[in-house]
Amino acid sequence: MSSVRNARPLFLSLSLLGLAAFWLSLALGPVSLSLGETLQALLRLCFGGAASTQAELIVGQIRLPRALLGLGVGAVLALSGVAMQGLFRNPLADPGLIGVSSGAALGAALTIVGGEVWGGVASWLEPYLLSLSAFVGGLAVTALVYRLGRREGRTHVATMLLAGVALTALAGALIGLLGYFAEDNTLRTLTFWNLGSLNGASYSRLWPLLAVALGVSYWLPRRAQALNALLLGESEARHLGFDVESLKRELVFCTALGVGAAVAAAGMIGFVGLVVPHLVRLMVGPDHRLLLPASAIAGGSLLLLADLLARLLLAPMELPIGTVTALLGAPFFLYLLVRRYQ
Amino acid sequence: MLHASGISMHRGARTVLAEVDVRLEPGQVLGVLGPNGAGKSTLLGALSGDLSPSEGQVLLHGKPLGDWSGPERARALAVMLQSSKLSFGFRVDEVVSLGRLPHASGLEADRDIVAAALDVADASHLAQRNYMTLSGGEQQRVHLARVMAQLWPGGSGQTLLLDEPTAMLDPLHQHSILLAVRRFVEQGGAALVILHDLNLAARYCDQLLLLADGHVRMSGTPDQVLRAELLQSVFGLEVLVQQHPERGHPLVIPR
Repeated sequence: MSSVRNARPLFLSLSLLGLAAFWLSLALGPVSLSLGETLQALLRLCFGGAASTQAELIVGQIRLPRALLGLGVGAVLALSGVAMQGLFRNPLADPGLIGVSSGAALGAALTIVGGEVWGGVASWLEPYLLSLSAFVGGLAVTALVYRLGRREGRTHVATMLLAGVALTALAGALIGLLGYFAEDNTLRTLTFWNLGSLNGASYSRLWPLLAVALGVSYWLPRRAQALNALLLGESEARHLGFDVESLKRELVFCTALGVGAAVAAAGMIGFVGLVVPHLVRLMVGPDHRLLLPASAIAGGSLLLLADLLARLLLAPMELPIGTVTALLGAPFFLYLLVRRYQ
Repeated sequence: MLHASGISMHRGARTVLAEVDVRLEPGQVLGVLGPNGAGKSTLLGALSGDLSPSEGQVLLHGKPLGDWSGPERARALAVMLQSSKLSFGFRVDEVVSLGRLPHASGLEADRDIVAAALDVADASHLAQRNYMTLSGGEQQRVHLARVMAQLWPGGSGQTLLLDEPTAMLDPLHQHSILLAVRRFVEQGGAALVILHDLNLAARYCDQLLLLADGHVRMSGTPDQVLRAELLQSVFGLEVLVQQHPERGHPLVIPR
């Protein structure tokens, strides 16, 4: 497309927002650090020095992995939201529609509740088990939804949507059933996991998520023009020369991978994938060449800010970040709905 | 150009198209007529590669439609469907420039082509408007500009398929859009247009194909197809067919 709406100031301000959120995430907490201290600690960590001061320990061990995790999870959720809104040609679609979130939650619930059954796994696998089962659960349910939507060599997105709704309900029921049989402590773990949290961020959780986030951030923008064409309709995109069936497959795969990894790393965090692309679209318009990168930056930044609120609002208690994003996101979504139909 | 032979299409036990032959030739507009549910849009779906026919085949320049690469085919064949489901607030010139995606002609050239295509569809004044705020007829003209931009400047070897392009247009634009289609074929392209208005078909089409229940009832020039008893048996409407006092083509008047 010929016009790119004054994108530079927008990307500049979004990047500044991201940097500010990132710095605040490193600086604020039970022990507040100055800008100088965080910078010094970061430099020391980057150039391979062993952490010696308290500031370096706090930044290196606790806040940096958490901030990077937040950026990655936020970016990947927002990108998945853009992909799903493009696939369903509906600006109010959510990445959870294809069943990936509920599948991941079911996978995690199976691991949390059935922990004893899997007692015998290899010890190196144990820290990854929860994330892995969430990831596999998400992919499995999405694959099933995709399979149900296939007919005569084509994917029917409306059928996929309905299959997603049904499987989400089924997964919810199974999670409820698992909760019913769970011990009180296990139930608490399950509940908190379902509300999402960046708490307990560690480098072992961070790397897989960052790898997926980078992969999705690299791949989806390559399909920006195909996504633009898809907004006209599937037939129209085909008439413009795009391979629509493989595009749909890629979109579903990227979303399953992205949301699966995000849920595996941080639990269920709602409304980011729904609201962020919508918000960004209000600023840059629907052109995916701008929408995709801008949503990734905005998603990462906003999730970091939500995490700050979750950590600081009731300090020293920590709110689950999923409740913060839902408390802010749901009313905003309702506002968008009302505005849309006025 | 675009040749279809013996196309049949079954949906369950129902036959929606039965052995239809279509030949689109350079310099000609072929009009497809028929009552609702006659199979007109299904035919267009088969000709555009959206639907694969149960029997028969569609050749574009002698090569089966499915053997073309996507972008290559998009540079030779453009399709405008009845209604587009676009529900995102693109600017009008952005929608039209989507038609340039199969090409690699560069930003500068594309901008000029988008402007020219908008002009052909008499939509230049809408260029900066949000697509979602346009009326149905205006949106239809924007999509016409988009498919025109896709084949711009139009010439030999290019084919345009239009499904009821005038359905939502006011009388002036019904004529100006079909005139644009005529200019397109005069440069050597070919066009197929599904129409409901028999008089527009009489005026702007070189050949007509009359469909009923998936079967071709008649094909030929407007003079051969637009005959009172035939129209009456296909549409169930009593009509008089006279000659246009100035232009000489048939004029269909309901009794």
